[in-house]
Amino acid sequence: MSNEWRDYLRPNVTLPFCPGCGHRLLLRHVLTALVELGVDMEKTLFVSGIGCGGWIPSPCINTDTLHCLHGRAIPFAVGAKMANPELTTLVVSGDGDLADIGGNHLIHAARRNHDMTVICANNMNYGMTGGQVCSTTPIGAITHTTPLGNQRRPFDLIALVKGAGAQYAARYLVTEGPALVAAIKRAIEMPGFTFVEAISPCPTQFGRQNKKDSIKEAYAYVESMVVSKDASGKGLSVDADGLLVTGEYVHA
Amino acid sequence: MPWRTVESVLPQGRYYYTGAEAVAEGAIAARCGYFAGYPITPTTEVMEHIAHRFPEVGAVFMQMEDEIASVCSCVGATWAGRKAMTVTSGPGFSLMQEGLGHALMTEAPMVLVDGQRAGPSTGQVTVGAGDVMQARWGMHGGLPTIATAPWSVQEMYDGAIHAFNIAEKYRTPVLVMADAAVMHLRETLEIGAAVELYEREKAPGQPPFGCAAPDGVPPMPAFGEGEKLLVTASTHNEWGFRRTADPETERVLVNRLSNKIMMHVDELAEVEEYYLDDADEAIVAYGFTARAALAAVEELRASGRRVGLMRLRTLWPFPARQVKELGSRVKRILVPEMNLGQMVYVVDATADCEVVPFNQMNGAVIYPSSIVEALWRAA
Repeated sequence: MSNEWRDYLRPNVTLPFCPGCGHRLLLRHVLTALVELGVDMEKTLFVSGIGCGGWIPSPCINTDTLHCLHGRAIPFAVGAKMANPELTTLVVSGDGDLADIGGNHLIHAARRNHDMTVICANNMNYGMTGGQVCSTTPIGAITHTTPLGNQRRPFDLIALVKGAGAQYAARYLVTEGPALVAAIKRAIEMPGFTFVEAISPCPTQFGRQNKKDSIKEAYAYVESMVVSKDASGKGLSVDADGLLVTGEYVHA
Repeated sequence: MPWRTVESVLPQGRYYYTGAEAVAEGAIAARCGYFAGYPITPTTEVMEHIAHRFPEVGAVFMQMEDEIASVCSCVGATWAGRKAMTVTSGPGFSLMQEGLGHALMTEAPMVLVDGQRAGPSTGQVTVGAGDVMQARWGMHGGLPTIATAPWSVQEMYDGAIHAFNIAEKYRTPVLVMADAAVMHLRETLEIGAAVELYEREKAPGQPPFGCAAPDGVPPMPAFGEGEKLLVTASTHNEWGFRRTADPETERVLVNRLSNKIMMHVDELAEVEEYYLDDADEAIVAYGFTARAALAAVEELRASGRRVGLMRLRTLWPFPARQVKELGSRVKRILVPEMNLGQMVYVVDATADCEVVPFNQMNGAVIYPSSIVEALWRAA
């Protein structure tokens, strides 16, 4: 993979991520997808919400960026895209932002089929506020607000957006670089509402609270919750054991 | 020059319109290019009118999933280069406060029309004026806002154009604090041949969030113009970079956001005076209630009372200079309001004379006879 993606970083910005944060990898994959597509960066808009995921485009990416309120990135993006359809419009934000507080906007944007790509940086907890449970935290996982382990079912975001009408949905680990870059490119190129879930380990909060004391262990922990479509073999986006199934899920 | 004269969209002439239709046509005349809203009584008629009319004029209409999404999408649209508007009523106005704060902090011009009803909460869908303090203090942070209070169908039309002009000029959301009575009122509307519009100033390469003047309004670029804008409602420097732990950046930013309104109160804060030349008593009123107050003044004049009316066309920034001067030449000011007392606190803090509240919060308009009676009681 070339290093050309670095040219798309906003000048003089220090990347804001913790050591080992999966979001740093995701930033690289998003920019690599843009490089490979040859997207006009002067006609590209990144919109993000509040939380660690929101910091992927803002201030890191050197395009127009709109950093919004917590949960509201999608409606801001809807307004911008409707006002200027020439803008290649991407929303990059976290799971708490897009699926918890912003869940209503996510399903309605998918239903209305706005021509935009939503990339969810899923770190399975609220990282910026110190690691609390959210709607994507796996059952049993420890967070600061589930000290005895999470007892509530997490969302299957792929099934959620597919059910709401997304034209394309894909899920990969941030460590699956080539597959994730290909999925982001496909999502950008496909008209209508497209969705990419990037499973992004959070060693600082989610890892440490679950007694994963190194970056390597934190990654192994998250990887243990994921299985590939081929290995799963059932075509479901969450398998019978509750594992998140990676792959592409194209709406017919 | 940012001001330009353009043709009216509707042909010049006299129309028999409701306030809801007039405010929608005013937005169209102001070249509003984006509307987003969510149905709520008593303002649904505005969005229905716009849903029919916007496709004819090449503007974008969106019915969103809620009021939060409506106001947020307006901020996105205005940053993408279109003038934007939303319309709501009390419960929706509460939901919109956070989005309004984003517009204020990122200096995104937009217009919000609130057709006030009787609250609190879902309350009654009939008339009220319970949101006038919320228009000033509803957003966390407490920065100054601009809010007007139309009293007629004519002012719903002219006031919408005016609201867009000052929103663009000051790069801030402008609140049109109408009420259900003005929304549903039907009366004659005069539409002229042309309208004067303030257009966004562009200055490529200049910082979009700062300028030398302490009360300055920076030029406003749009997405897609190659400026690679960094827009955030967190504390930011003149280029939009977050500086969320730097006291000086916050101080400079919030002081300019405040100054750009409060150092221009003389231009922004407007009143109208009726029968005040020789008055020794006055009524200070706004919105639909000012119509009843004017009728009450005329009735009392007939019986020899030297009473006059100061109508607040602008609620915020408060027309303090005019109200203070009024308080120095009358012995008493009555403030009738369709709430349990809101603007009366500001009048009382501003005017040196006796200030008497008259409050009616029952979902009905205040009749002139009630105001006449209140003034007799106060004497």
